[in-house]
Amino acid sequence: MLIAVLSCFILACFAPWVHRLGGRQSGWLLSLLPAALFVYFASLLPEVSQGGQLQFAYPWFPGLQIQLSFLIDGLSLLFALLITGIGFFILVYGGRYLEGHQSLGRFYIFLLGFMGSMLGLVLSDNLISLFVFWELTTITSFMLIGFNHEQEDARKKAHQGLMVTVLGGLALMTGLILLGLAAGSFELSTILASGTLTEHSLYLPMLLLILLGTFTKSAQTPFHFWLPNAMAAPTPVSAYLHSATMVKAGVYLMARLHPSLGGSEAWLLILTLFGAVTMVTGIFLASRATGIKRVLAYSTVMALGTLTMLLGLGTEKAALAAVTFLLAHALYKGALFMIAGILDHSAGVKDFRDVGGLRSSMPATTAVAILASLSLAGIIPLFGFVGKELLLEAVLSASIWQIGLTVATLVANIMVVLVAAIMALTPWFGKTVETPKKPHDPNVALLIGPALLAVLGLLFGLVPALAADGILTAAASAVYGQPVTLGLSLWHGINLPLMLTISSLILGLIMFRFWAGWRHMTRFMQTAEKFGPEVIYERLMLGMTSFASWQTKTLQNGYLRNYLITTLGTVIIIVGWALLRVQHLELHISFDDIKIHEFAIVALLILSAIIAVVVRSFLAAVAMLGALGFGVALLYVFFSAVDVGITQVLVETITVLLLVLVLYRLPEFRSLSSTANRIRDAIIAGATGLLMTVLVLAITGARQLEGISEYFLQNSGPLGHGRNVVNVILVDFRALDTLGELFVLALVAIGVYAMIHLRTGALPVTNSDRRAAFNFRRAQKEKSKAEQQTKETGESS
Amino acid sequence: MTTLMAILIGTFYAAAIYMMLRRSVVKLVIGLILLSNAANLLIFTVAGLERGTPPLIPKGQDVIVGAAADPLAQAVILTSIVIGFGVLAFAVVLIHRACEVVQTDDMNEMKGTD
Amino acid sequence: MKPRRFNMRSLILNTGSSLLLPLLVLFSLFLLFRGHDEPGGGFIGGLVAAAAVALKLFAEDYKAARDMLRVHPLQLVGIGLVLAALAALPALFFGQSFFTAQWWSVDLPIFGHLKLSTPLLFDIGVFLGVIGAVLTVVFTLAEAEHS
Repeated sequence: MLIAVLSCFILACFAPWVHRLGGRQSGWLLSLLPAALFVYFASLLPEVSQGGQLQFAYPWFPGLQIQLSFLIDGLSLLFALLITGIGFFILVYGGRYLEGHQSLGRFYIFLLGFMGSMLGLVLSDNLISLFVFWELTTITSFMLIGFNHEQEDARKKAHQGLMVTVLGGLALMTGLILLGLAAGSFELSTILASGTLTEHSLYLPMLLLILLGTFTKSAQTPFHFWLPNAMAAPTPVSAYLHSATMVKAGVYLMARLHPSLGGSEAWLLILTLFGAVTMVTGIFLASRATGIKRVLAYSTVMALGTLTMLLGLGTEKAALAAVTFLLAHALYKGALFMIAGILDHSAGVKDFRDVGGLRSSMPATTAVAILASLSLAGIIPLFGFVGKELLLEAVLSASIWQIGLTVATLVANIMVVLVAAIMALTPWFGKTVETPKKPHDPNVALLIGPALLAVLGLLFGLVPALAADGILTAAASAVYGQPVTLGLSLWHGINLPLMLTISSLILGLIMFRFWAGWRHMTRFMQTAEKFGPEVIYERLMLGMTSFASWQTKTLQNGYLRNYLITTLGTVIIIVGWALLRVQHLELHISFDDIKIHEFAIVALLILSAIIAVVVRSFLAAVAMLGALGFGVALLYVFFSAVDVGITQVLVETITVLLLVLVLYRLPEFRSLSSTANRIRDAIIAGATGLLMTVLVLAITGARQLEGISEYFLQNSGPLGHGRNVVNVILVDFRALDTLGELFVLALVAIGVYAMIHLRTGALPVTNSDRRAAFNFRRAQKEKSKAEQQTKETGESS
Repeated sequence: MTTLMAILIGTFYAAAIYMMLRRSVVKLVIGLILLSNAANLLIFTVAGLERGTPPLIPKGQDVIVGAAADPLAQAVILTSIVIGFGVLAFAVVLIHRACEVVQTDDMNEMKGTD
Repeated sequence: MKPRRFNMRSLILNTGSSLLLPLLVLFSLFLLFRGHDEPGGGFIGGLVAAAAVALKLFAEDYKAARDMLRVHPLQLVGIGLVLAALAALPALFFGQSFFTAQWWSVDLPIFGHLKLSTPLLFDIGVFLGVIGAVLTVVFTLAEAEHS
């Protein structure tokens, strides 16, 4: 199982070479992997369709309870089959679609990388690895939307998709961690088996955070705007990521967690509401768009809304309807996107208004397009019809807002019929329109994908039991949490859903007749879009960058002094406030045990520190520092720190030498600051000093825990074989720390050496310098020429 | 004695901070030296001051009988003194080079030269 | 900024240093080896040795100090680091954890009983590292002054 997921990433690494070797056929060659994976997953079908579960686990970070574990049940297997099956067609299709593109190798890398991430996402049994794969799909999606990175528009849209989904991803991560903590396990199988979490005190925050993640990923209103913009990606990507698989990751996660998180009031309200709103918004925007891919993208938004709504309802029927609709949608939408790509590739059209009458020049494509569109419209006997009937039945038996949801679904269905009619009729029938390229039926590599997907739609429609017994019942059971007993059938008899379907069909066709008028009628949307979520998003991004640059300018102003003042001010305020708040703060002030020589040294030290500050000559300041260092060394010796004292004396000596050696050549001290600045600095410095004094007085004698020094004192002799405990600590007990320190010293030595010796490039280059260098080089050249000449004359003579 | 040391540490900190806030880089270096002394003394004082009981085991014995100064604090300070020297040496050479290149020791003017 | 050269060369310093130098170097070794039992050790010994060479530098000139050392101080840093790091390894051969101290007693005819150990090796590494680092800084600056 691990191999199945990793093989995609491994192949991705080698894809450019495969591409170079395989040339035109590289798409076919690479597609062998998804084909093999599809066969492998299909071989698991018999066991899973019996309600079986397969689990695989590999340790990853055992200490953090993170393992790479995989769970295969009906739901994840359905997704795995979709990912590998459609992935196979996309690779074949993409290889031909982007043939001759200079970055085709890169396209393969990202596409295969995405395939691996998506497989990992749906197969993961561990929440953390699921999240990692989730983010990986976001990143590969970003790379693929911005595939044509030379275009600013593509970059901008890729960025937009990334920002929206990453924002959701952050929320999701928090939500998943909460979920793991609440359930006491990060293994999905354990969480799902342990029953519902709706009574948990963290339920609501966890639900909201997870839903924020899934809603952004699955483009629910108000985050729907990134999906149509993601159509900047090459069409194979749109067909694969932004219709059949990645955008369904959010739906997948909601379906996956439904047994644990579903069934509550909040779940029901939020999901049905957002789902229904997204459904209607999506299809309404689709009915207004004219760009081929845009129409399809908005209708994908509608499908995602429908799925969310069904998961929100959460009944047995709704669960079955959701998985059925999901499969049907993947089949026909994948096919339709690929047809949109064929229209672009073979005829050069991107907009429904620029196309018509292609049926005679592209007969095969026309047939496939009509077949797929019929499934989209939900017409008997296609699989889309089965999905739509179930959807209506589920909505009609909804526990809340029955009428509202039914009306919304009906409205959406009418417009879906409109979209399907546009897709099935506009490009192929009517007056022939001149297209930029001479239209022709494409190569088999381009047509095989949509054709097989559309035929599958017909096959599953005619024999729904094939899909149901194969996978859908098991998938619906995984969503519902209990075994689902309902089956699928094509014909449910003449009932209310059928009536609704027929009426929506008629109304949809009428709308198609007046499509141009409808777009004209709803032109107020152009105004409304100025206040839409996309504009809000852009405002937010602009605000963020201007805030960031303001903050950088204010805080990172390049003056060390200002950083220091900020830092120290914060420390003084926070620590000072904390000190003031401490109850019974005891300051251990006592002047009893002071020996006279100690007092003299301390007094001298204070004096020399003050002189070092106020003195105007550099040498005098250095002398004061030397005196100060030796005084401190004496203090160390007085208070039993012999080694420290000796070290201090030696270091002080060398420091003074160094200062004299280097800084001697620097100018004398000048008065640079104004008096006001001096006063301000003195206040800050004084406050810091006072704080430190109070801190020392407060800390000493307040030790609460036993230190580890006693261990060193006791064991230095027996274990360290040394009588100087400080040295034993340095070279034995804490030798690794000392080694680190030695490395710091080595770095200092190398740094100093480099700074002085590698100085040629660092000097400022002025024009006169350049002229001098130029003259020098010219002189050299002439000199060598002259030498050569003398040599030659010498040889000849 | 701790009280006296606390006052000393406070003075060192104040002097160090004041010098580091000046515009001259040379004064910054002086501030750095003062600051490292202040920090070392802080650790030293907080670990407890003991007169005439160095953490040395008498010859022929295995452990120290009676009180001894905290050896860990001393080891830490010893390390800190040497590291402080390293950092100081680096800073001094850096400043030396910087002054050579930009011909000033005023940090305000240095900032303008990039 | 007007450059000011300083000259510390004097006869007294010159003579004194040539007498002091061997003593200081011996003293630094003494400090290094007794460091495990009495005040001293790699850091202190190294600083004393470095100060001795620096004294030579001030008493005579950069070249004399450089010649006396024979190797470039950066090489000393390298050797010191390698020795210190090597001290971590022997324990691994005895199945103990990284950096566990190992002790060997050797009886030699002249020196008598000798205690060898990885902490000693480590301390020698520290000794060389400190000499190397301090002298690199001092030499580099002296050289810059010199040129």
